Amino acid sequence: MENLVVAQIESIVRLVPVFPLLGFLINGIFNKKFSEKAVGWIGSSSVFISFVLSLWSFFLLLSLPPEMRSIESSWFTWIASGSFSSAMAFLYDPLSAVMMLVVTGVGFLIHVYSAGYMRGDGGVSRYFSFLNLFTFAMLLLVMANNLLLLYFGWEGVGLCSYLLIGFWFRKKSAADAGKKAFIVNRIGDFGFGLGIMLLFWTFAAAGRPTINLLLITQAAPELLAGTGIVTVITLLLFLGATGKSAQLPLYVWLPDAMEGPTPVSALIHAATMVTAGVYMVARLSALYVLSPISMAVVAIVGAATALFAATIGTVQNDIKRVLAYSTISQLGYMFLACGVGAFASGIFHLMTHAFFKALLFLSAGSVMHALAGELDMRKMGGVKKYMPVTFAAMFIATLAISGVPLLSGFFSKDEILLNAFTSPFGSPILWALALLAAILTAFYMFRLLFLTFYGPSRMEPEVEHHAHESPRIMTVPLLLLAFLSIIGGYLGFPRVFGGGAWFERFLEPALARSQAADSHLSHSTELLLMLSSVAAAGLGIYLAYNFYIAIPERPKRMAEKFKGLYNIVLNKYYVDEFYNSVFVQPFITLSLFLWKITDVRIVDAAANGLASFFGWFAGQSRFVQTGRFRNYALVFVIGVVILVGFVFLR
Amino acid sequence: MVPLGYFIVLSAILFCIGVWGVLRSRNAIVIFMAIELMLNAVNLSLIAFSSNMKHILVRFVQSMAPQDAANAIGTATSSGQVFVFLVMTVAAAEAAVGLAIIIYVYRMKDSVNVDDVNIMKW
Repeated sequence: MENLVVAQIESIVRLVPVFPLLGFLINGIFNKKFSEKAVGWIGSSSVFISFVLSLWSFFLLLSLPPEMRSIESSWFTWIASGSFSSAMAFLYDPLSAVMMLVVTGVGFLIHVYSAGYMRGDGGVSRYFSFLNLFTFAMLLLVMANNLLLLYFGWEGVGLCSYLLIGFWFRKKSAADAGKKAFIVNRIGDFGFGLGIMLLFWTFAAAGRPTINLLLITQAAPELLAGTGIVTVITLLLFLGATGKSAQLPLYVWLPDAMEGPTPVSALIHAATMVTAGVYMVARLSALYVLSPISMAVVAIVGAATALFAATIGTVQNDIKRVLAYSTISQLGYMFLACGVGAFASGIFHLMTHAFFKALLFLSAGSVMHALAGELDMRKMGGVKKYMPVTFAAMFIATLAISGVPLLSGFFSKDEILLNAFTSPFGSPILWALALLAAILTAFYMFRLLFLTFYGPSRMEPEVEHHAHESPRIMTVPLLLLAFLSIIGGYLGFPRVFGGGAWFERFLEPALARSQAADSHLSHSTELLLMLSSVAAAGLGIYLAYNFYIAIPERPKRMAEKFKGLYNIVLNKYYVDEFYNSVFVQPFITLSLFLWKITDVRIVDAAANGLASFFGWFAGQSRFVQTGRFRNYALVFVIGVVILVGFVFLR
Repeated sequence: MVPLGYFIVLSAILFCIGVWGVLRSRNAIVIFMAIELMLNAVNLSLIAFSSNMKHILVRFVQSMAPQDAANAIGTATSSGQVFVFLVMTVAAAEAAVGLAIIIYVYRMKDSVNVDDVNIMKW
């Protein structure tokens, strides 16, 4: 019976990535052959089929006992070379099941939304083919049963991210942002690639050459425990995660990535791709728990990023940039959770964040759509009355991300804060940083809400005249995501309220055992911590209300009072400028030198010089060919005389 | 009997006259004749060597039976003379082809001056 279910899962799971790939091929090959509507249908339905299959295999997985919930579904051997082999094979366990549901579920809603949002744009089929390709690559990433296939998906999503950020490539800023994202990601991926190689090398040296994730997880405690190399491996892999998941110090590409179409920001740069780093850390949690140093680095980077990005988010005026910094900050929370050993909480927050952050981006997109592409919140205000549905959706998402009780964000964020405080890897300092970031989160999110939807209108009269609610194809996905943002958290209803922390127990077999789950914590402490996070959210909301509704002139006064500080934060701590002058400019100078001097003047000059010398030489020496018979005869005779003379006089 | 050296010196002189004629004259027919002179100078030396071979070989074949000795000397000396016939045949063939070319050049250029025939250059 159970074997039958396993076989069923095996055959279903391997079909999941096929449909987005088909969608990509159809829309990519028959570019502009179909109507916009058909393109949208093909793109969305391919992801929908994947979603249905994911859901089906998920329910089949639930029918299995927990210890059997790890199924490998192999398609074919991809690369085999010596002792190294990598198969086109998938690992289906609770972790990948959750990720697949998030990717295809949220992805599907965003595909549908895109069909409305991108209507009238010339490149719809290109857009949908890239979006499908992204879904395919992301599915490979979360389903891969070995590191090389994971890396393939990892690079694939990076490529799609680049293509979609620069979707409107005629705009220079968009093309530049695409390049920036790609290059910054490459820096991280370099570390990731090295990490994989080092891992394989270490395992091969121990006589077990493998990159299979299950085998690595099983063998890691025995082979790597207490060695220094595991720290190196995990830190290299984490470098890849900081690039992909926009953590300090490689987060700089994500705010610029907002140049892409808004649904892309929602899907790739908020809900799914940027969480790949968190997924990878959770997937290799067996390695990470072996290295306390790496755990500490992950936790500190996460907490620092959460706070750092949140501070920047409080003063940005571009609605999408606020959301971008918010994404960075929330990803920081996920890494903090992983770093303190609460991998399940990290994945939990990943899931709820996917719901509400996708919702936030799509709502922001809806607002932009209505206001003729306006991004500056200073030119919004009072939009509520024009767009009630979008407002409702945005309001729910804002409550969720701020950590207001009974919405999804509250449960997941609270769990992270709790673990940061109580876990053996955690510390009160990390908790305090995260709590501060939580206050700021509530503040900047409500600031965004108030500036956009409340207060007097600051819109251009013409824009206001055309302001309208978005079509149903866009609002329905918003409502569905709003629904998920509300109920998503109940999967992990905390124990203290009599919940079973179902989500955590479900993920347990796939993750390294973290002591955090079993910490004996008195209910009063847990409740106190929970109360503090609620208070943090309340404080943030109150501040935002005070600043932007009650006393609207206060922000300006504050900005003047702390002018220096305000300017530093407004300019994002000058990190971009710093990177620009320390890394980018020297590299450009070096590249210019290598191009103009080394390449043009030395390499090319040597090759061209040699060629032109022989050209000149040949041009001169052809005059030997006089056409006069007697000259040739004379040369011939001289030659004979020399030869004969040489023979005789030798 | 005339010593071998005389023949060789005469042959060399004739050959050099031929070379000089080829290099110096412009008239194709004269060049042609100079070439014939060189060929015949070589023929002369071949004949001279061939006939001189008999006197050298005599010393080596003394131990042989008279009939065998005569055969050996005959084989050795006749090859040089056969070669001369070959050269003469080639010279005749060359004369036929060469004169035909010269006639054709004359028809085209109204001249047999080789300096006028210099289109194959650069």
